Amino acid sequence: MTDHNHAPPRGPNGGLSHYQTMELAVSELLIEKGLFSEQKLQGEIAAMDARSPETGARVVALAWSDAAFKARLLDDGTAACESIGIDMGPTRLVVVESSAAIHNVIVCTLCSCYPRMLLGLPPDWYKTANYRSRVVREPRAVLREFGTELPDDVVVRVHDNTADMRYMVLPARPKGTESMDREALAKLVTRDSMIGVGLAMTP
Amino acid sequence: MSEPGRMHHDMGGRPAGPVDHGQHDHVLWEKRVDALLMLLSNNTRRIITVDELRRGIEELGAEAYSRLTYYERWVASVTHNLLEKGIIRADELGRKMAEIEARSPEARSRKEAG
Repeated sequence: MTDHNHAPPRGPNGGLSHYQTMELAVSELLIEKGLFSEQKLQGEIAAMDARSPETGARVVALAWSDAAFKARLLDDGTAACESIGIDMGPTRLVVVESSAAIHNVIVCTLCSCYPRMLLGLPPDWYKTANYRSRVVREPRAVLREFGTELPDDVVVRVHDNTADMRYMVLPARPKGTESMDREALAKLVTRDSMIGVGLAMTP
Repeated sequence: MSEPGRMHHDMGGRPAGPVDHGQHDHVLWEKRVDALLMLLSNNTRRIITVDELRRGIEELGAEAYSRLTYYERWVASVTHNLLEKGIIRADELGRKMAEIEARSPEARSRKEAG
């Protein structure tokens, strides 16, 4: 299976494809039935566009610099994020902490479940059959493809997301960041470090 | 590619090649499908859960699962779930799709040419 071809095939003369027509038809029917409005749909698109790994990075930087928040985040990720004003939607968040001894990675082997409220939409590679198949069997080899080489004595834990529960990695805080403020810390937190295929950047 | 007792989507641990790092920008159509599911699955509506979305995708079968693009699978599953729950009917969906096809620019230009 590949996900290379994202744009649905166009109909003859560049018109709507079958599935594009289906989406418009379903949306229009639901709007006619009063389930929501076109404005509401546009608002949902804008809200999703606004979600990015910056939200997750803000959470990580806060956890690195506030021990009480970090404890709350690891205890109940959903509640901790909601306490700082992040809408978490219907899914439960579980945050797993990486350290010098343990490295965590997330995947959704069955589908593409992802902590989208904190990281935005998943990157294409996260949804590919190759990532989903291999990262649970040979995580070190997959991480190496992302340029992440882990020492042999580091334990690697792979966490499989579900429809209702999403993992996010709290990456290990890099050395030499003791005097940095939250804003500067957040800039070190990459999307890949919160998925676990990468590490936080060093200053 | 399926093993006995294991469906096509259940791919954890299967041998596979290198991870392709290519990235595409989501087009508006894909964002609309995503937003549609978000509206149907959010805490105030809960009309379709993500589990139900996934089941609908899995039930497409191995052939369609690999042939359809990511958001084509989503819209096929959302539509299937809405029909199953009786929220939309097959006849009104068929009528609406025909109506949308008829008002597409290509249909209009065909009409003008004829």
